[in-house]
Amino acid sequence: MVIRLLRKPVTGSLFAILAAIIVGGVILAAAGHNPIQVYGGLIYGALGRPRFIVNTVIMSTSLILTGLSVTFAYKTGLFNIGVEGQFIVGTVAAVFLGFFLNLPPIIHPIVVMLGAMLVSGTYGAIVGFLKAKFNIHEVLSSIMLNWVALNLLNLYIGVERFQRLPTVAHTIQDSANIIIAHEMKRTPEGIARLRESEFLTEVILRTDFNFGIFIAIAAVLIVKFVLDKTSLGYALKAVGSNRDAAEFAGINVKKHMVLSMFFAGSLAGLAAAVHITGISPNTISMLGGFQNFGFNGIPVALLANASVIPNIFSALLFGGMTYGSGYIQSRHGVATEIIDIMVGLIVFFVALRAVCVLIADKLEKRRSGST
Amino acid sequence: MKSVRMKGITKNFGNFRALDNVDLEVEKAGIVALLGENGAGKSTLMNILYGLFPADGGEIFINEQKVNIKSPAHSIAHGIGMVHQHFMLVGKLTVAQNIILGAEKTRMGFFNKKKLNTEIMEISEKYGLFIEPNKKIDEISVGMQQRIEILKVLYRGADILIFDEPTAVLTPQEITEFMAILRNLANAGKSIILITHKLKEIKQVAEICTVIRRGKYIGTVNVAETTEKQLAAMMVGREVILNVEKQPATPTETALEVKSLTAEDENGIQKLKNLSFTLSKGEIYGIAGVDGNGQKELVEAITSLRKVKSGSIKINNTEIQNTSPANVIKNKINTIHEDRHRRGLVLDFTVENNAILGKQSEFANRGVLQFDKINKYAGELIEAFDVRPRGCEKQPIKSLSGGNQQKFIIAREVFNDPDVLIAVQPTRGVDIGAIEFIHKALVAERDKGKAILLISLDLDEILALSDTIGVIYEGKIVEELKNTDVDENKLGLLMAGASHGD
Repeated sequence: MVIRLLRKPVTGSLFAILAAIIVGGVILAAAGHNPIQVYGGLIYGALGRPRFIVNTVIMSTSLILTGLSVTFAYKTGLFNIGVEGQFIVGTVAAVFLGFFLNLPPIIHPIVVMLGAMLVSGTYGAIVGFLKAKFNIHEVLSSIMLNWVALNLLNLYIGVERFQRLPTVAHTIQDSANIIIAHEMKRTPEGIARLRESEFLTEVILRTDFNFGIFIAIAAVLIVKFVLDKTSLGYALKAVGSNRDAAEFAGINVKKHMVLSMFFAGSLAGLAAAVHITGISPNTISMLGGFQNFGFNGIPVALLANASVIPNIFSALLFGGMTYGSGYIQSRHGVATEIIDIMVGLIVFFVALRAVCVLIADKLEKRRSGST
Repeated sequence: MKSVRMKGITKNFGNFRALDNVDLEVEKAGIVALLGENGAGKSTLMNILYGLFPADGGEIFINEQKVNIKSPAHSIAHGIGMVHQHFMLVGKLTVAQNIILGAEKTRMGFFNKKKLNTEIMEISEKYGLFIEPNKKIDEISVGMQQRIEILKVLYRGADILIFDEPTAVLTPQEITEFMAILRNLANAGKSIILITHKLKEIKQVAEICTVIRRGKYIGTVNVAETTEKQLAAMMVGREVILNVEKQPATPTETALEVKSLTAEDENGIQKLKNLSFTLSKGEIYGIAGVDGNGQKELVEAITSLRKVKSGSIKINNTEIQNTSPANVIKNKINTIHEDRHRRGLVLDFTVENNAILGKQSEFANRGVLQFDKINKYAGELIEAFDVRPRGCEKQPIKSLSGGNQQKFIIAREVFNDPDVLIAVQPTRGVDIGAIEFIHKALVAERDKGKAILLISLDLDEILALSDTIGVIYEGKIVEELKNTDVDENKLGLLMAGASHGD
């Protein structure tokens, strides 16, 4: 029983989280904090009030999608470190389409999302193409393209007709917005009506609660279906698990590599579109460095053991930690960097996940030795 | 005196009993063959003797002294040496350097090269193991590499030598030499354990043969008084037909025509030089040759994994060279690759998902896989080719034994109903029961009018199955023989590069 439990991937992930909590606690104690108090504060800050929960969910939405992007590429044997760049070009596309198109509500955000997915997907496909055609390693080309994306964004905002302020692009039109009760929140009467309910004031008025989380969960389910139930997913996984056998069986490996990166990129694009249409100020500003919206998908996917559904839980954990860190900073004076350390520790211990399997092997050996 | 006596050895891996009360005795200066199918537990037994892992029960005596072998270092100290099937040599080092590697006798960190060479030459002459100590490993033949592996063991003072499937990589001539070496070693007082499933070799060289089957001790027989057929029956547990029964071929029209094929390997070295042959429907064409003479490149060229420089490959009069693996399959060529783990299977997938590899679109309705249909199809493959265990459709393919994986691959390719079936080493690493089945299946496909290209390093297999034999040497078919009464000796010489006619 114990042995079988130890072999489960989820055990390894829980082990990683636990180990990170312990080591993080030691670091906190060394810095003069009471770890139990700080962890209590973190949990309260992430989940303690309805508003906090909503903000944790908002924080997790794009993480689910970027984690899904990394997971998707991984399933097909590729490491999508370019998720950051794909996210960035996705935000540019979303802002552009959100401002310059004139479409009715509901249609408009859908078009924005599809557009951003197409742009980011294409951006990802470049990496797949370079790998398929010239055998350039995807990590190498992705890192380059991340910087290209960053500068493309700054270039875009630098153009006068695209900017609202010298360093900020236009805000998307209201019709493209996916924040819940967005219209109501913009009129005094609407605000007054929301104020009538304490709960609505808390979760709608005081947050950017948007439809993104439902879109993200739908995306997870669609990806799960595509990978497990379709011939396309079959071919992608075959290429990912054993490229040589797939090639020998007549599956077009290069085509599927490009396709895989297109889909991975488009998921990052969806994350970007949800981010732009769902969170105020609904626009982009010039960047001096990466904001890590994409990169953060990598630990999410790692903790999820690169399987599809667990991305949701993994993203919620990281989202909650990130949002909750604001509270422990203001309340306990703990620098938010502790959360970065915790994330790093979790990733580190995820890498050590194999330890669980090793322990299982040892136990098994001892047990069989005694019989 | 007994050099080795293993008594009642038992070993479990989890719930699986790999060895159950197995005995093995080796007379001093004797040659004992350890016979068993793949997975019977031969290697496990030898790994226990070599100290790689402990037994769960039983006793081991070396020179009549009870010992407790804890590690390979320990077993070497007891005079046990093992020559592995896959050589462990460093290509860039010389022969002498390889022999002493890990057991260097140095003085203040330096060693005396001259003294070393004399030492090695002494051992080599004593046992008739001819070598050139200053040549690099990369420059010498496989047969000589094996002699170096033997010398490595002798240099460490071994008196008991274990050989794991030693002839798998040798040409017929090298095998003859190797048999002489074994006798020399025994005459010089060394005790030898020969792990093999080649009955012919046991008859040639061993005095005693111990047989194990599925981890159980079956018996020990005197080789001189036992026939090959009896040995095979002991190993498999039932009567085995050693010779493939087949009618003379009735070849019809040309299926595959390879003409003046030239191709290079990754380093730009020409591996196929004007290679030509023709394969007809209803015929098995066997390509015989020593490993590395272009077999790999030929398969890759036909399956479009490798670009050809010049020449043509035609199936049913359509040129297919330099296209794509998908196009080759579309033109009705299916291939059983020698490396089933790398090219044949997706090991992370279930058995049923491996059944549709490359054909996934045919099993989908508007892109959605029809799992009922897939499951049924996989069941048909399993049934038709006796893949065991039955009902393994949903199991991961890696849980199947090598022989069953291979039968499954062959089933899959045969079910594609190709015009040309290429079988590359179809029985490599497969037990004798599965070999019998696979050979019968290939002949049955031939009789259905398929063209079969058999590429194998196992000469017995080529001789047993082929209707026509093409000998490949340095990228060329140097001679083509009808397999009516082929002189095995002549074939061996051709494979080793002797020009035809002498």
